[in-house]
Amino acid sequence: MTYNFDFGWLLVYYPQILHGIAITIELIVVAATVGITVGICCAWVRALGPAWLKPPVTAYVELIRNTPFLIQLFFIYFGLPPLGLRLSELEAANLAMVVNLGAYSCEIIRAGIQATPKGQFEAGASLAMTPFETFRHVVLVPALQRIWPALSSQVIIVMLGSAVVSQIAAQDLSFATNFIQSRTFRAFEAYFFSTVLYLLLAILLRWVLARLGRIIFPRTVAR
Amino acid sequence: MSDFTIWDIVRNLLLATRWTVVLSIAAFVGGGVLGAILLFLRIGKRRLLRNFVKYYVELFQGTPLLMQLFLAFFGLGLFGIDVPAWVAAGAALTLWTAAFLTEIWRGCVESIARGQWEASASLAMGYVQQMRHVILPQALRVAVPPTVGFLVQVIKGTAVTSIIGFVELSKAGTEVTNATFEPFTVYGIVALIYFAMCWPLSKASQSLERRLNVAHRNQ
Repeated sequence: MTYNFDFGWLLVYYPQILHGIAITIELIVVAATVGITVGICCAWVRALGPAWLKPPVTAYVELIRNTPFLIQLFFIYFGLPPLGLRLSELEAANLAMVVNLGAYSCEIIRAGIQATPKGQFEAGASLAMTPFETFRHVVLVPALQRIWPALSSQVIIVMLGSAVVSQIAAQDLSFATNFIQSRTFRAFEAYFFSTVLYLLLAILLRWVLARLGRIIFPRTVAR
Repeated sequence: MSDFTIWDIVRNLLLATRWTVVLSIAAFVGGGVLGAILLFLRIGKRRLLRNFVKYYVELFQGTPLLMQLFLAFFGLGLFGIDVPAWVAAGAALTLWTAAFLTEIWRGCVESIARGQWEASASLAMGYVQQMRHVILPQALRVAVPPTVGFLVQVIKGTAVTSIIGFVELSKAGTEVTNATFEPFTVYGIVALIYFAMCWPLSKASQSLERRLNVAHRNQ
């Protein structure tokens, strides 16, 4: 093997790399906050909501969970403009990630809600709580706590999946990598370096979510 | 310009779907074989090998599939191997699938109660016998539903290989869009074709889970 590795090239492009990392972080923060909110609403509908709302939500969840993220992204970015909805690259990437995480987190959260003992609902009702108050104060938080590890994993999966948003020219970390690769022809070094960065981001994200879990769910609510 | 009927679009997409299916099967079979080997190293007695597999899984689960594809595409080239897109796609997807299947199957083996190991050890069974007669038959039943479910992830994963130029369903979708200027229709149909492949598998996974669990409870 005569190839000489040279990672020095990468340092020249540190502004692009930092910008890419910032965009990737921005994407996952928006996707996590909005996506999990969507997931909670959908999970409520699927577990406890009115019957007429269930079929559309089920269709959304099944459709998203059984199609590739890349196609969802292309559909939103290329497919919607002819219908009059034109989004920027970042908006499309954000929307695709929210839609994607919404569907997956719905199923995870629903499992948490359905694992709630029946007595919890009855206890809420006996305190004259409305069904919504019972859900909000009695059911939701323990349900989220129960499935927090699974939800964290899903958020990380969506963050890693976000690498493909560079295909619609959203300027995330993988876009920066492609940019460097096209300038320096140092393909292996560029992709190796950003693979390591993604790994570090995933480890960081896992740590943040674990910390967040401990802050949101005090130990007293534990099962 | 718009001489393309819906049928033209669908026919071209379905022709490309073959390669999605072939790649999925190759990745699943290759990843399954490699995953099984890694599983035995992971639950085996050699600490060094156990840790190697642990970090292997960590690496492939903690990095984007897209980056793995690029590394296979450009990395193999460094060794003087001329890498066609299908080789890189097959290699990366196989390694990726193996990492996930190893972890899924490890969970299944570890879900078998400790007492089963002890009981079989008390019958003077060796490691191989314990595995062959006691642990694997039980673990296999637990493993079937998530394994079928993971096939859905593999099929969806193949979409990413379009980015390094492997012509499968997603790439064909982009090419047909460029020819027809009808992204809404084309990507809609592409999504429906993926759905038609993945949804039955998701459903099968769910019903298998229900069936095999019932069997377990009646035991």
